[in-house]
Amino acid sequence: MMEAELILLRHRQIPDIARLDVYRQNGGWEAFHKAVTSMQPDEVTEVVKASGLRGRGGAGFPTGLKWAFTDKKVWPHYVVANADESEPGTFKDREIMEGNPLQFLEGVAIAAYAVQARAAYIYLRGEFWQIAAQLDEKIDELEAAGLLGDNLFGGGYSLRLYTHLGAGAYICGEETAMLESMGGLLGQPRLRPPFPPSFGLFGKPTVVNNVETLSNVPLILLHGPDWFRKAGTEKSPGVKIFSLSGRVNKPGNYELPLGTTFRQLIYECGGGIPGEAKIKAIMPAGASSSLIVADDKALDTPMDYESVPEVGAQLGSASVIIIDDTVPMDWLIAKTVRFFQHESCGKCTPCREGTYWMKHITNRITNGQAKPEDLQLLHDVASQIKGKCLCALGDFSTEAVLTGLERFPGDFDAKVNKDR
Amino acid sequence: LNALIEKYPQEINKILGKYPADQKRAAVMPLLYLAQRELGYVTKRSLNDIASILEITPTEVASIVGFYTLYHGEPEGKYHVQVCNDLPCALRGADEFLAKLCENLGVQVGETTADGLVTIEAVTCLAGCDKAPMFQVQTGEGLSYHENQTVESALALVEQWRQSQPGPVEETGPEAEETAREALPVQVGLSASGEAEAGEPAAVAQSGAEPEAEPVLPTALHGVTRLPAEQRIYIQEQGGQ
Repeated sequence: MMEAELILLRHRQIPDIARLDVYRQNGGWEAFHKAVTSMQPDEVTEVVKASGLRGRGGAGFPTGLKWAFTDKKVWPHYVVANADESEPGTFKDREIMEGNPLQFLEGVAIAAYAVQARAAYIYLRGEFWQIAAQLDEKIDELEAAGLLGDNLFGGGYSLRLYTHLGAGAYICGEETAMLESMGGLLGQPRLRPPFPPSFGLFGKPTVVNNVETLSNVPLILLHGPDWFRKAGTEKSPGVKIFSLSGRVNKPGNYELPLGTTFRQLIYECGGGIPGEAKIKAIMPAGASSSLIVADDKALDTPMDYESVPEVGAQLGSASVIIIDDTVPMDWLIAKTVRFFQHESCGKCTPCREGTYWMKHITNRITNGQAKPEDLQLLHDVASQIKGKCLCALGDFSTEAVLTGLERFPGDFDAKVNKDR
Repeated sequence: LNALIEKYPQEINKILGKYPADQKRAAVMPLLYLAQRELGYVTKRSLNDIASILEITPTEVASIVGFYTLYHGEPEGKYHVQVCNDLPCALRGADEFLAKLCENLGVQVGETTADGLVTIEAVTCLAGCDKAPMFQVQTGEGLSYHENQTVESALALVEQWRQSQPGPVEETGPEAEETAREALPVQVGLSASGEAEAGEPAAVAQSGAEPEAEPVLPTALHGVTRLPAEQRIYIQEQGGQ
């Protein structure tokens, strides 16, 4: 592939961009300065709206719209950056925060200015202990340089950034669970509405955005919405970091325009499938994903928010897990179910109990102890979870199960009919 | 008398300063990290100390300890080795790695070595899927990541910790000599997940192991791990670039 200029993973081309002096030599903090000194908060939101930027955490909600919904009349209000990256197969926010942390922090600051928040929190998963320490250092450095703090650039706007470490709970990536967790309560999702833009952190209006989403913002403000729209598709503009993992020769993060095909990602970037094996399935959105049969139609599908659903899945956070034909699907769904059973917060009965029973049934199938009717039982339990919980975790736990049973029936029949 | 305040007055002030004065409860997570810094777990005494700082009940503080995996309410190994064996890591041989590591340390998943130094845990995604096998090491002081690991490199790390401990140094477990993964017995996974290892009285059981065997991808199916060594190194060096 042609070596394009990177927008998010800029540290790969500008090695020391994590240093404040280098970042500033490369246009760093100019966007925030421009916003605070020459733009109204709503103008900033309008620019982001016009860019068509959509949330990179998984839901793909238009970012500018989210900011516009935020009730600025209720005081105080907050920005919370979602750095709880925990979806199996996703490791993009980590690389941004390790390699290009200042661009991310500038994005947080701009979002805060746009909604006129005076405090913004970065909620990091507990495992990102060292990253949090690095971000704390950067925040201190920015304050010392007068780029964060009180009365910024003499314009009267003040902003403080704080990190907050989680402690190992996937559910805290769900925004309302994250807000509960930050408030010192159990990380369990809330009933919605009200949504965070009206009732968020500490019960106040709050914008919650993903790390990758926010990292796009400084460059959108600096170069304009049209520049941003040059990459990607009409409805899914911009670039996206695809975290490629599983059975590929070169796993890793790849920053590519939205609309790049699976084939390009897997074969041109990822170097194809190791050994003699053939590609069998793709999970485009991590462990939460439906299983796509990796036929030619799927491989030539553009990876954007509109096209992936046409082959029966979602783009999500674009954590693309590759499955080859040596991997039995009964084993795979036992793995994903184990994950969700472990991470279910326990609040909603269908998810708490359903994932538990799915774990037992899938283990039974994989260990060769299941009866043929167990497949129907598994299907029933999964169907009873779907659509019946407060947050998406319950639904996510069923995606691979239901699509696995439907699209790869042979793998399961072979297991349950072994002795007959 | 609040032992936590006596010990970390400045840190506590700094933590409380991050949150609005009427939202002190938000400080419970950072205070718990502070409380387990020294011993690696949160004592009953600390629960009371945190509760009084935040004006909530010790039970509420304990509920937070119980909910999250990185807080520990009981003394365990000084080093928590938390191996990810979720789907993406398992596709790169993490199950096999974990089983072999346990075998070499004479413990099962969830157990602590006899010298009280290392607790082995199987955890879910750590955002290092492209660099599996990988694990994190948690101590009271913090966390570190160890990626693109082999059983040998992990054992070397454990040996390093053993050497750095004050007092008598114990012998390391059996050396992992056969580096080639092809040499592993097919059933290697089972020892990690329920079958007791004969002749290993060393293990101190710390947590209830799952009674039901975790399904382990049979070794024969490990396409990735069967690659020749030089190709594996190529993948590790090129990975993600």
